[in-house]
Order: sequence, then C-alpha cells, then structure tokens
Amino acid sequence: MKNIWPKRLLIGVPYLWLLLFFLIPFIIVFKISLSDIAISIPPYTPQFDISAGWAGIKEFFSALHFDNYSYLVDDALYYKSYLSSLQIALISTFFALLIGFPLAYGMARAPENWRALLLMLVILPFWTSFLIRVYAWIGILKTEGLLNQFLMWVGVIDSPLTILNTNTAVYIGIVYSYLPFIVLPIYSTLEKMDESLLEAAVDLGCTKTSAFWSVTVPLALPGIIAGCFLVFIPALGEFVIPSLLGGSETLMIGKTLWNEFFNNRDWPVASAVAIVLLLILVIPILIFQRMIERQQEASR
Amino acid sequence: MSASEASLQAGVPASVPASVAQNPKMKGIPVWERDDVTPIVEFRNVHKHFGDFTAVNDVSLKIYPGEFFALLGPSGCGKTTLLRMLAGFETPSSGSVFLDGQDILPVPPNKRPINMMFQSYALFPHLTVAQNIAFGLKRSNMEKGAIEERTHEMLRLVKMEQFSKRKPHQMSGGQRQRVALARSLAKNPKLLLLDEPLGALDAKLRESTQFELVNIQEKLGTSFIIVTHDQEEAMTVATRIGVMNHGVLAQVDTPADIYENPKSKFVADFIGDVNMIEGTINSAKAVTDETSLEFVSNAGVKMAARCYYDCKKGDKAWLAIRPEKIEVSKTKPEGATNIVSGIVDEIAYIGNLSTYYVRLPDGSRIKAQEVNRRRIVNRAISWEDKVWLSWTQSGGIILPN
Repeated sequence: MKNIWPKRLLIGVPYLWLLLFFLIPFIIVFKISLSDIAISIPPYTPQFDISAGWAGIKEFFSALHFDNYSYLVDDALYYKSYLSSLQIALISTFFALLIGFPLAYGMARAPENWRALLLMLVILPFWTSFLIRVYAWIGILKTEGLLNQFLMWVGVIDSPLTILNTNTAVYIGIVYSYLPFIVLPIYSTLEKMDESLLEAAVDLGCTKTSAFWSVTVPLALPGIIAGCFLVFIPALGEFVIPSLLGGSETLMIGKTLWNEFFNNRDWPVASAVAIVLLLILVIPILIFQRMIERQQEASR
Repeated sequence: MSASEASLQAGVPASVPASVAQNPKMKGIPVWERDDVTPIVEFRNVHKHFGDFTAVNDVSLKIYPGEFFALLGPSGCGKTTLLRMLAGFETPSSGSVFLDGQDILPVPPNKRPINMMFQSYALFPHLTVAQNIAFGLKRSNMEKGAIEERTHEMLRLVKMEQFSKRKPHQMSGGQRQRVALARSLAKNPKLLLLDEPLGALDAKLRESTQFELVNIQEKLGTSFIIVTHDQEEAMTVATRIGVMNHGVLAQVDTPADIYENPKSKFVADFIGDVNMIEGTINSAKAVTDETSLEFVSNAGVKMAARCYYDCKKGDKAWLAIRPEKIEVSKTKPEGATNIVSGIVDEIAYIGNLSTYYVRLPDGSRIKAQEVNRRRIVNRAISWEDKVWLSWTQSGGIILPN
C-alpha cells in the first residue's frame, strides 16, 4: 500500500503500448479520413502547421469534413465490399467450424501420449510463411494444378475444374489458414472435459448422440465461440488470400482498401474505409470480450 | 421401465418386491438367507480381462432387494470394474449378469433401470442443481409438471431446496455429493451404484454422511451397491460386505462375520488390526461347526482357537487374534486358555485406547489394545516390563496357510 508506483508502472506499460501503437496511428488515420485528396507528398490536405499559431489551428480544423464517409455510402462498391466480406467471413467461419470441431474432438479423445504430437501437427504450418502457404494453394488449385490432375487421374472428372480465382478458392484459403485458430480453443475446452460426464449422461438415459448435444457441445461452447471469432475477425479484413486466390468478382474490403491506397492513391477515402472497417470489427470484438468475461465469472 | 415409472408416481419403491414386504413367515430372517426372494443382482462366473491383466476372476455373487451391499478391497482389486459392468460401461469377458432375474448384458446402459453416483460426482457444470436433477427425468416420458415435482422431492430428500438455482462450482464438496445422490435417485432406479461416494469428503463430514446414506436407503428401500476401499465406511453402511482381492471375491458376509470370522489371512488382515501367529495344527478337527482346535505356534507355545475349515494334524496354519481381544497383565492370569509372555516394547497412548507392542522370546511382536475407561495417572505397565498376554479360546481364529 505504501508504494503504489511499481504497480502503476506495471499497469502503465500496456497503456503506453496502446497509446503509441494504436491510439496515435488511429488518430492519424482518422485525421486523414477527414482530409481532401491532393497531388503532393503526403497526398492530402490540410497539413497540420503549428508555426501559423492559433489561426493556423483554426483553419486546419475548419478544413476537415466528413465528405469521404458520405462518398462510401454513395458509391455502391464500398458497401458491396463490406457485405461481400461479411458473407465470405461468415461462410469461411462456418466451414472452419465444420472441419475444426471434429478435428479438435478427435485430438481430445486421442490417447494421451499422442496429443502432444497432434497438437504440434496443428501448429506446424505456422513455421512457414503465411504468404508462401497461400501461394502454394495456387499450384494446387489452378486448372493444370495438383488437385485437377489428381481428380482426372482418379477419373472423378473429365475436364479440369475452375477453382482458382473464384470465391471457392478464397474459402479454401481462409479455412486452411485459420483452421488452427478454431481447433486450438475447442481442443482446450474438450480436453479439460471430465469423461465421466458423458457416462453420467448415458447412465441417466441419454443415447451417445443426445449426450453429445446436451453435454459435450454446451461444455465446448466457450471454445467454439472463441474459435469462431478468431477466424471471423481476421477473415473479415483479409487481403492476401483474396488477392492471391480470388478472382475479379471476389469483392473484399481488404482488397478495396488496398486499391484505394496504392492504385488510386486516394488516402482520405482509403482511411475512411479503414475506419469503418474498424468500427464493424469492434462490434464482434466487444461481444467476444463480454462472453469471455461472463465465462470467467462462471468459472470462478 | 413402465413398471418403475408407474411405481414412481405412486411413491412406492420399485425395488422391493411384494413377497419381501408381505411374507410374515420369513420375518426376521435376513433377505440373503431366504429362498423365496429373487436376487436383484446376480453375477454368474464373471471374468474380465484387460489385455494380460485379469481385473475380475470368476466372480459369482447374489445381492438381494433392499440390501446395502458394499464391495470392499484395495485399489485395483476389480471392485469398480464389477460396478461398471452393472452400469453397462464394461462388458464381462465371460459369464453373465442378471438384474431381477433378467440377463442385462444385451441392454445398453441408457436403458438399464440402474443409476450410478460417480466418484467425481460428474455433475454437469453448465446446469443448475435443479437442472442436474431433472436431467434424467427429461429423458424419460415424464410430463413437465411431474418432472418439477419429482425434482423438488429429491431436493427435499437431500435437504438442498435452497440451492436449486446454484451451479455446481458454487457449492462445497458435501453439497455436490448430495446433488449427485439426488440426481442418481431421481429416476427411482431399481438399483443404485455408488462409486467411492464419500472419498472426496473430510473425515467428520464423511462419518455423518454415512449415516445419512443409510437413512435415505432405508427410507426408499432401493438396493444400493457401494464400492469403497474404506473398511470403516463399508462396516458402517452395509448389510453385507464382499471383500475383493486381485479380482477374486475373497469373502461375502455381514460386517460382524467379516470382522469376527474371516475366512482367509487376507480378509483378517485387510479388515481392522490383527496379530498373525504362525504355527501347526495339533489336533484333528471334529466336524461340528465351531470347534476348539489345538495349535502350536512356531515358538512352541500351545494355543486353542476356533476353526471353520477342514484341516488335519500337522497342517501349517495361522492363528489370527485381534488386539482388543488380548488382555495385558503383570501377573500370570489363572485359568486362561492362551497365554504368552513377553517384554513391553512400545506403548502408544491415543486417548481412548492404549496400545502395547509386546516382544515375545522368539522375536515376534504382538499388538494388544486396551480401552482407557479411567484416566491413567500412574500407568501400571511400563516399557521393558515383563507382561502376560492372554485371550480366550473363542478370541482367536485359525486360518489356512
């Protein structure tokens, strides 16, 4: 109680981190989103000029406006990108859950001396670059790629399928890339589960299937929710996967943002797109945190 | 299932057949000695192998309606495996298991009118106390109102009414134990299995809970089978005890018979304290039930004790004598059947009892125990005193080698 400074210092570190690497960049981006495009370096006006004194500051603030945001509403490209991103993120999360849950379940039910190895195998892809792994999918999915060659060799198809440069390829890429993020939290909840709970459920009249739905799934729910958010949130703003695997009809906000920044060099509109994306992401993140809090309360 | 549900609504225990309750001729005779009662559980030559390990070795056992039967034995003796066979979580490698005269091996665990209380309690952490108790009822074809009524009845039975909205993690170990008991009794099973139900409780709570279990069992009349490694617990709650060792049922008897008339060295040793004196049988055994038999210890002292098995002169055997049946005195007692003398090696005063460890001339030690009825001011017997140990002919029992 006497000396609270060490404690304050300790709490201060993450706040300082947030200030330096989140809040200040955020304010800069937010400011740019309120500016006008200009052919200069940097490519926007007004610039903040402290030497002009009070009048300069006044002039600076009066030059800011929300026109870029209303432009986002006017041009269908942007809200279509947001909606399409939402759709791709939701569908990808669904398939990640569909594949990730059985995977996690199998791992948690595997003999104990196998589990460490299986866990390693799930994490192993992280040892190579994300970009390279996504790039490798081009080789697999393209018309004369491994997948088509294999399917034709087996005789399932006569002519190659067009997968690369479609939304399907984007789904495959996202599900593949983010699968460990959904497997790990589900695994950790299932692994903790006392197996006698399932025996108790069967003892009380459940079939194996109803025991799964009334005991296993509710108990794994915190892991399922955490895993879904961990896939959904990065998938929503994904840029690399749609630009490498997606086609011209693949509309994702990450890609639109990139085009705005680097092709059009319209930093103000790009910044507005980024701010809106952030606001869209804040909602699921807040829900996620609220869930974690409630869960911690429950397990106390 | 329908029969148990019908009686469940009528409030009559399903497990006690009418013949048990109504036959006046048989009154006073323990149910396991009667020939007109179908056993609620029968194991017939049951074996269970896990790879090379034999968990259960040729067990045949009958348990009768209304009994509180204890399976007692050291860990790994196969008692839990037997219990899990009844619940349906293990299948015997060979042999058959009957419930109320019907072969239950083809019946899956969720269709058996048997419920189990798990060692870990296995309460569902995501459900409240009331939801836990109602869990099994919801899986039967019970109406909603009836489920609520039955849940409340169970809460009342274990005195947990005010906790119905709590989650398992918000309760103490003793409270969880009660909820687990209520949940396993809610469906009014023909048979309740209890797997080390009190293992997680502290000593004081365990003792009071034991009596409560017996009260609940007597109130409901349901047959209970309890698995425990705690002999005191088994003696307190059980009508009969089955002592198991290495997968074999060593002895099945009432608690008093298990203690007073053990049939083997293992049982005598496992239940309570016992002195084992090695020696040879010195007289032929008459065939009458309780025969006094002469016995010569390896040290050459002649003794006499009860003997219940067939043996002949010259057979190697053991004389088992409980410490509390031995009298310790400083002067040689007159007329006692069995007397040995020795030097007091150690004295342990534990308040209610004093324990004397007496070294005999041949080097072996005998433990004798006396109740301290009066406060000891000056202990009559001290270390290194020469004392006489004596016990009656019926005090000891001769057991096969």
